[in-house]
Amino acid sequence: MAATNDPATAMERSVPGTGERERHTIVAIVYDRPGVLNRVASLTRARNFNIESLTVGQTERSGISRMTITLNGDAFAVEQMTRQLQRLVDVVTVVSLPREGTIRHELVLIKVSAPAAHRAEVLKAAELYKAALVDLGDDTVVVEYAGTQQDVDSLIGILAGFGIREMVRTGAVAMSRGSAIVEIDDILRSGIVPAVPPSA
Amino acid sequence: MTIEKSPETRPEAAADRAGIGRHVPNSGSAAAAEIERARSAMLDDSRPRSRARIGADALCDALVAQGVDTIFGYPGGVILPLYDIWEAHPDLRHVLVRHEQGAAHAADGYARASGKVGVCLGTSGPGATNLVTGIATAQLDSIPMVAITGNVPGALIGKDAFQEIDITGITLPMTKHNFLVRNADDIPRVIAEAFHIARTGRPGPVHVDITKDALTSETEAVSPATIDLPGFGKEVRVDAAALIEAADAIEHAQRPVILAGHGILLGDAVDELMAFAEKTRIPIAWTLLGIGAVDERHPLAYGYMGMHGWKHVNRAIQSADLLIALGMRFDDRVTGKVSTYAPNARIIHVDIDPSEIGKNVAVEVGIVGDVKWVIPALTTAARRRTDEERAGYFAELAEMRAASETVSWHGSGAWKDGLLSADYVITRLGELTGHEASYVADVGQHQMWLARYGGFRRPNSHLSSGGLGTMGYSLPAAMGAALGNPEVETWAVCGDGGLQMVTQELMTVVADRIPVKIALLDNKKLGMIRQWQEIIYSGNYHSSTLPGPDWAKLCEAYGVPCFRARTPDEVDPAIRAAQAVDGPAMVWFETAETQNVFPMMPAGKGLSDLIETWGEGAEER
Repeated sequence: MAATNDPATAMERSVPGTGERERHTIVAIVYDRPGVLNRVASLTRARNFNIESLTVGQTERSGISRMTITLNGDAFAVEQMTRQLQRLVDVVTVVSLPREGTIRHELVLIKVSAPAAHRAEVLKAAELYKAALVDLGDDTVVVEYAGTQQDVDSLIGILAGFGIREMVRTGAVAMSRGSAIVEIDDILRSGIVPAVPPSA
Repeated sequence: MTIEKSPETRPEAAADRAGIGRHVPNSGSAAAAEIERARSAMLDDSRPRSRARIGADALCDALVAQGVDTIFGYPGGVILPLYDIWEAHPDLRHVLVRHEQGAAHAADGYARASGKVGVCLGTSGPGATNLVTGIATAQLDSIPMVAITGNVPGALIGKDAFQEIDITGITLPMTKHNFLVRNADDIPRVIAEAFHIARTGRPGPVHVDITKDALTSETEAVSPATIDLPGFGKEVRVDAAALIEAADAIEHAQRPVILAGHGILLGDAVDELMAFAEKTRIPIAWTLLGIGAVDERHPLAYGYMGMHGWKHVNRAIQSADLLIALGMRFDDRVTGKVSTYAPNARIIHVDIDPSEIGKNVAVEVGIVGDVKWVIPALTTAARRRTDEERAGYFAELAEMRAASETVSWHGSGAWKDGLLSADYVITRLGELTGHEASYVADVGQHQMWLARYGGFRRPNSHLSSGGLGTMGYSLPAAMGAALGNPEVETWAVCGDGGLQMVTQELMTVVADRIPVKIALLDNKKLGMIRQWQEIIYSGNYHSSTLPGPDWAKLCEAYGVPCFRARTPDEVDPAIRAAQAVDGPAMVWFETAETQNVFPMMPAGKGLSDLIETWGEGAEER
């Protein structure tokens, strides 16, 4: 490469990140300890990451929880988020799940206006989506549905026509299709070190 | 209409008879009884003198097991059980500071000067919050530190008890990790984990908050032989392809520059760095915290980079075709505007923290790993080069250095506007101390003069709050440095602004006979603020003139010998007089009030946009 001091021929050094935002799914396997949610949430805020949703729940192992974080940003932001999360002592491991081959589902509860005059139509719409009816009130019904964000958006669009009185979405949980899993056995076996370093 | 219940039927009456008390919420429950016991313990914890081993003993034993000999602290209500048993642990020296922030900075200075983990201690509430600035300073500079605080008894947590604050909530985002310990039996394990986390990988501060009842409960728990932290600090496998790519880039570079950062010192890789540079004949530039990574007299030592770095160094970086960044993080004070930074250079970035690779600057080759063994791998892979091969490059570097070091802003001589020139003072201080002392900077103009003119030769001889830029750092950190490395002189180099933030610690150095020498560069100004106001804020000097005390009288009041220098010929005798004092001493340099640090990279500009002069008579260069 030719060395030059001439600003005219100098390239602009790229600032990290492409700016091309898209939705990414990050899974963090964490210890189920007091404050772990706070640590992850605090890091997210302090490092200026723009997250869409964060869910946390139990796993097949006692003492280990799994967080699913949906992040809106470019690939650089996802890489940084993954590396920053990995620094947390209470985080066992972090993986970014690929766009393809990943199941991403969320649960929604929707309380829809359903006076006698419209009730049949509301029920029909719910049935079309194979959504469950979990409550029948005097003039409302509560519809429960689990599926992809797109399907949930679509159902909400349909039911909005009848009047949504109250709604809550959980945010996505995610898992790879097929036999791939987030492997942590090796990590859990690897943490034992002397309490005082040999050199001290 | 309200019907009065008879006394006999009121539920509170039953509670009264049971001795539980009517005002206790959820009275009668086990939880309520526990809270009441805790409340009593807050007010009265006298205990018999012959006693069982308690959590506070377990804490002291755990600290001794980690090799701790000195703790900087300040007592208070909930941490008193620890002070109450301190006499049983004579291996632990307690240095009573005059403000907890001083304790945290002292632990930081101790760690930087000794390479060991520094320890500070405070009580709950204000004691803990006063530590926060010092912990944050350590976090931004990756300093291994364990900060210990007491907290209210576990059952009172969340009740807004006296001096209760959610301190682990406060330190969570500014520590490497933190713990809340509620059980005495957990203390030895948590302390062992805290030290391991603090010193492993990229070092950093760890905060351990311990409830009062954990400190006072009986326990037999002893320090564990091993700890188990799966997922933390596991060995990173270096990407062999990246090493090959790096070696290839080094082979083909015509104008390579090594950027040495704090990681070289933290990773104990000074010799490895030199072996690499000597084999490849690549000049070394250093960051503020990388000062001391190389002896500045070495022919390959090129200089201090960045906002107030040497012009020749910044020019070398801007015209480089390869930057080999070792244990540094491309701070904005180093790069300026990233889009104009080193526009022709490929970058190899080696850091132990994966999150640093590509964080601030996009790099061509990122290598995650400890500089202690990545650098030798690069050295092995690189071809031995000769100075003859680099003759053209070296001649140009030498020419740039000569130009940079002889223009008038390099030292204005001993005088500036009829007053002492600050860079002259720093130059003489370095020379008279043989460049072998520990030099602890505060924050501001003098910090930059020290970085430029100190003339450093020894690793860990330069201590500076680089990342957080904490004014008031110097004196307390120097106390720690003096105890952490008692083999050498320790000089706190500070301005009048920073020293006025921590004046009370003068009493600590006197009371504890800590032989800190203080070089006070008093320009009666917040000099760096004044400089920015002059150059960037159109001379709008608001709040940058700083009346100070008569330092000689103040020193006399504290019992610190003070030597004053107002003219160049008073400089050497004053420094020598302070050196001759057996114990702390101050040299009060009254320096030019309006001297600026040049060159200067203005905020928002790039490394090629250095301002070299300002004001009347300034010539464009």
